[in-house]
Order: sequence, then structure tokens, then C-alpha cells
Amino acid sequence: MKTLKATNHPIADYSHQVAILEEGTEVSNIPKFADKLEAIGLYPLKPTGFDVFQVNVGKMCNQTCAHCHVDAGPDRKEIMTRETMQTCLEVIREHDFKTVDLTGGAPEMNPDFRWFVEEIKKLGRHVMVRCNLTIILANPKFHDLPEFFKKHNVEIVSSLPFYNAQRTDRQRGNGVFDKSIKALQMLNAAGYGKEGSGLVLNLVYNPSGAFLPASQTQLEADFKQALMKDYGIEFNSLFAITNLPISRFLDYLIKSGNYESYMEKLVNAFNPSAAAGVMCRNTLSIGWDGYIYDCDFNQMLDLKIDSPGAHHIGNFDSQAIGKRKIVTGNHCYGCTAGAGSSCGGATT
Amino acid sequence: MNNTYYNPEDLKKFGNVSEFQKELADKFFSYYGEVFKEGELSAKEKALIALAVAHTIQCPYCIDAYTEGSIEHGATEGQMMEAVHVATAIRGGASLVHGVQMMNKVKEITM
Repeated sequence: MKTLKATNHPIADYSHQVAILEEGTEVSNIPKFADKLEAIGLYPLKPTGFDVFQVNVGKMCNQTCAHCHVDAGPDRKEIMTRETMQTCLEVIREHDFKTVDLTGGAPEMNPDFRWFVEEIKKLGRHVMVRCNLTIILANPKFHDLPEFFKKHNVEIVSSLPFYNAQRTDRQRGNGVFDKSIKALQMLNAAGYGKEGSGLVLNLVYNPSGAFLPASQTQLEADFKQALMKDYGIEFNSLFAITNLPISRFLDYLIKSGNYESYMEKLVNAFNPSAAAGVMCRNTLSIGWDGYIYDCDFNQMLDLKIDSPGAHHIGNFDSQAIGKRKIVTGNHCYGCTAGAGSSCGGATT
Repeated sequence: MNNTYYNPEDLKKFGNVSEFQKELADKFFSYYGEVFKEGELSAKEKALIALAVAHTIQCPYCIDAYTEGSIEHGATEGQMMEAVHVATAIRGGASLVHGVQMMNKVKEITM
């Protein structure tokens, strides 16, 4: 499967996506997200602090998942350079970010990935890596990743949309479930997910279709039981994440005739508590080319932070960024529905 | 006037039944909400029971609603089809068990 960008699909154009989301389609009339925030006294949405420094080190990936909000894949060549990473390190060193969250694509495919992890650890920061699991088996040079992660006590966060092959492979590609299971067993063998090891392995559930996630607690219990019973796999926590209507998932929604009903579900499930706890209030997202965004989703819609003159890592201005107005749009309904959704799962 | 008895859009208007009789509708929806809360049965188990019942009473609205509800709560396709088979077995069994009554009658009136 090729990426939207490689096929010159209209949805690969960020402005086209934003137009669909903000103006609706012929049959949809979505209330403005900003109006919803205004009604509960949260507009303009303001940051609450600098806790998480999320870096997208590149869009290259060994998988081409049907719902990917990054439109990542093997044909994407955008990769963060070591020079940009160096600038990120300077910002991390000078500011009080507790966690550095590395994502992609498959972040491990960036040739400077391991160097970057080592340098961040030297600064004493907690590192999370969003590992797609199959990368560990994709090439012999990645087989030692579990040991590398263990050596640096990196927290692993891995997508596994379901505990069976049928639903996982439909979303992530044929054979992905079996490879993911093998990779999880390798991580368990290194101590990840094992009680008392201190090595954290979290899984991410996201619905494989046009529906919302249910109770994170119930899903976690089901996943733990099924993965232990069928494969002897252990993990720490399950993060239930709502699919945001952007990029390939937006394309799926429109093609399958589910766009209007999905947006309606998100709007009807708007939860003021979830809105108050959205991750963009304490997170910054850095793109492969060093531009700064309020979150990884805004990054994929090319909605840079509203801080003119300070929206690149090269001219990071914590005072200006700390006072900024967070950029929102109708895609944000994905983070405020039900129990809320963030890169760390439910928010309420 | 619709040219079909069932319109999927009507499911969204379920709450409108209060327009003609508010008090009873309010009581019903309050009760309904309580029934589906997590209790000694999980929300997922309740969704699967509702799915089976929906097939027994052959309500298209309920089938749509609890197919979605079951999937949202993390039910597998296999679990959902097993729930439908439970409904089918009870429904079929309810007919078949009356075969005993038929046999009793046959034995009563024949030599």
C-alpha cells in the first residue's frame, strides 16, 4: 500500500483536510469546536506548562497502516537531521520538560535515533518511544532494539489495535499481528512489562473502524487476559485512543460513507472535563524539520503554533510559547469525546 | 411519509417520543440508562446480551445500536456471532420443545 502523498491523493494536501473539517461536506454541519470551548469558558485554549516534549523524528515507516494520521510509510523520506536533533537537545537542556516522547513513522528508522536517545538520557530526562513492534523484526540491525531500550530504560508505547489477527491486520496490514506478538515476546524476554523490572511496556488500543473506544479499564482487562492466555504476553497499561478524523483515517471515513456519522458521534460525546485536560496544554510537538506544533495532529495538518517568530526550534522562545493561544479545529473533537483521548490514552 | 417502515435516521430521534408523553419517556430513559451501567455484569456483557435480544425481537434499530455497542466495548466478531447463535438456539429450541406437546397429543389420540 502506498501513502496518500505518493499517490498524489487530494487528502495529502493539508489545506484540503482542514477545509473538509472546518467547512463540512454537503450533508454535514458540524458546530465549531471553538464555540464549544467558548461555551465552557475554555476559549482561547491556553497552555498549562511544559511537561512533554514530543519529537516526530521522521515520517518513514516500515508499515502503511490504514488509519495513520501521519500518512507514514516506506516511501516517506522526511527525516529529522542530527543538526535539528542537536537544537532540540539544547531546548530540552534549558527547559523543564520531564518527558521526551519520540514518535514517527517508525522513529527507529532515523539513522540518528540511537544517538538521540543516548543524548536525551544524558540530560536525565524520561524517554518514551512509540515503537510499532514490527520494526524490531524488520531487519537484523533492529533485532537488538529491546536490549538497547532496556539499557537506557526507555518506556515503550506500542500500538496493538486488538488482541486478534483479524482486526489488527485489517488496520495495520497482513501479518502485522503475528510479528507484533513475536516482538512483544522479545520485549517481555528483555524484562519489559514484567512486574518489578521497572521496564515499562504500554500498549495502545485504537478502534479499527468508525467507532469510539469504550472504557479503557475494561479494554485493558480484556487485552491482559487474552494476550496472557493465548501468547503468555504481559504489559503494563493499555492506552485507549480515539482516531482523529485526519489523513488516512479521514480518507477512510469519507470513502466508507462514515464521515458525517463519525463527526456526529464525536460532537455528541464532547466532554468538558476532557476538554480541560487535553494534552496540547502541557505538550509541544516538534516536526521532523524543526517546526513547533501544539500536538502531533496539528503537525499533520501543518497548523504551526500561534507564536509568530518563535514557531521553529531554532528560535525557541519559552515566554512567547507559554503565552500562546493553542490552535484548535474540528479535528480536536477527537480528543474531547467520551473519556477524552491523548497520546497517553483517556484523560478523565 | 417515508416509503419504508424503518429509517435508520429515526434511531437518532428515539428521545423524541417524550414529545407526546414526557413523564413516561423520562422514566423509561432513566431506567434504560441505569440498566446499561456497569454492574455485576460488565458493560460489554450487557451489550452482547442486548445484541442477542435484538436479534430475537428482530429490531433493526437495536441490531445497529448493539452491533456498534458491542464493538465499542471490545467484543470480537466471534463473540458477537456466538451471541446471535444463543438467540437462535433459544428461539429454535422454543419451537422444538413444543414438539413434546405434539408428541403427547399424538399419543393421547392414537392407538
